Amino acid sequence: MTLLNLSDLSVTLRVRPVLSHITLDVRPGELIGLIGANGAGKTTLMRAALGLVPFTGRASLAEMTPGERGRHAAWMPQTREIAWPVSVEALVGLGRVPHEGRASADEDRAAVDHALSTLGLEPFRHRTATRLSGGEQARVLLARALAQETPLLMADEPIAGLDPAHQIGTMKSLAALARDGERGVIVSLHDLGLAARYCTRLVVLHQGRIAADGPAGEVLSPALIREVFGIDAFYEDTPRGPVFQPLDILGPGPDS
Amino acid sequence: MRTALALSLILGTVVLFLVSLVIGPAEAGPGDSLAALFADHGPLTMVMREIRLPRAILALLIGAGLGLAGAAMQGYLRNPLADPGLIGISGTAALGAVLAIQTGFAGGWALGLPLSALAGALAGVFAILALAGPRGGALALILAGIALSALAGALTSLVLNLSPNPFAANEIVFWMMGSLADRSWRDVMIAAPLILFGALLLLRLGRGLDALTLGEDAAGAMGIDLTRLRLALVIGTAAIIAGATAVAGVIGFVGLVMPHLLRRAVGARPGALLPAAALGGAMMLLAADIATRLILPERDLKLGVLTALVGAPLFLRMIWRFRRDGF
Repeated sequence: MTLLNLSDLSVTLRVRPVLSHITLDVRPGELIGLIGANGAGKTTLMRAALGLVPFTGRASLAEMTPGERGRHAAWMPQTREIAWPVSVEALVGLGRVPHEGRASADEDRAAVDHALSTLGLEPFRHRTATRLSGGEQARVLLARALAQETPLLMADEPIAGLDPAHQIGTMKSLAALARDGERGVIVSLHDLGLAARYCTRLVVLHQGRIAADGPAGEVLSPALIREVFGIDAFYEDTPRGPVFQPLDILGPGPDS
Repeated sequence: MRTALALSLILGTVVLFLVSLVIGPAEAGPGDSLAALFADHGPLTMVMREIRLPRAILALLIGAGLGLAGAAMQGYLRNPLADPGLIGISGTAALGAVLAIQTGFAGGWALGLPLSALAGALAGVFAILALAGPRGGALALILAGIALSALAGALTSLVLNLSPNPFAANEIVFWMMGSLADRSWRDVMIAAPLILFGALLLLRLGRGLDALTLGEDAAGAMGIDLTRLRLALVIGTAAIIAGATAVAGVIGFVGLVMPHLLRRAVGARPGALLPAAALGGAMMLLAADIATRLILPERDLKLGVLTALVGAPLFLRMIWRFRRDGF
């Protein structure tokens, strides 16, 4: 069983090809780290998978009806938008929108409670979401996606802007979610150290193509790190788990 | 909507509706007036049934429609300063009415003015949908609305500018100020179906507007069809504005101020705000229409002037608070 199947998916925005011939399967139990330089196509890949941008090729999610898709995949966009000063509880409750008329009020409440406790947000329950700090808002928005209780969760840079403890805590929560074996998670992130430690699989995007796909130990070779990120890094499996530390920029830098 | 708030809004609307019924130049006590509504008491019954009842019903319908349309527009655009007039339909409806007055079409036939206003509104709907495109986002809609409003305003000014007939120009200016004086059941028959149709469309948008709190991307991924939502929003708002403008002229600020005043009370949820703003809008317009009859009964104070006089300071207070603590 796969949660998401992309085959030969290509996206062209205006005249610029953003993604070319992406083929990817996501299975339950996987926590996939989507990594790559800025502009490599990480966000576009996830949005195309959801049918939010036009594409050619096949994306299994885009073939579902909008309602089915809302119950199958949750999406946390990178732009952390909270338009109105609603309470944290109400905001997380928006994750239940796709289940309206199908789930009981008790189930909805349980899903919201569970999402809040998973991310340690109970103390914020009655706070106004727009008055929280950026990092707190990011966790609330991730809780909203969790409350959707979908087999597949896709989050665009969920840990950007979080303090170290909450970065680790969030990655652990996502890893635990995948580990129970029924759900799959895709996250894009730039912290390769956390990606190496917590993701079951890394997918590396480079110039719109998948440059590597596999466990961190296989993917994060010095050659690939050099080619894709233009950096030199320390990477070693230590007794306390894999450690990845970027060290220096190679050559004139990635943009030149 | 919280029960206490819902009850107080309903109660307030009912009370203001009854007050609206018992106020007027015909000298009669409130009890007698209401009794005359149900039993035949000669001329007073005539006044109640043919003059005050349609007027009160119009204030209720138009106020509710404007409040609802304002809440829906703000929810969709995720902007507390949005107004149902923003999409330009009130401008094109007014242009239609102005043309009818200027050409004498309105004078020749009782339905001439409202039908011309409706034709203007309909043309406006086609223009806004064509300009904003089938898949454009909120920004496209705002820009298209601004362009359409400006064009309709310029054409209205042109008609006034070239008007050879000072009486027509005078009538146009007064009509544009908005009023519910001397309206009849015929006006109710024109406005009610449009406003009720529009309200039905808008009241169903609650779920989608709630989801839009998280942005268009997140809402789309939660199964909200944004293209359909926007179409329902434009058509529902246009129907309400068309019905309201056709019989009452241009009435501003109700749709702008009411949603904002009630937002906190409903926990800021756009879906819950829809019915609340409808009731609040009805209360505001009923109260304003009562005030036009109490403050300067002999001078025919225009309803639109009064809503602007009350609404603008409220709006300034909103901006002040918005600047101080964001919402």
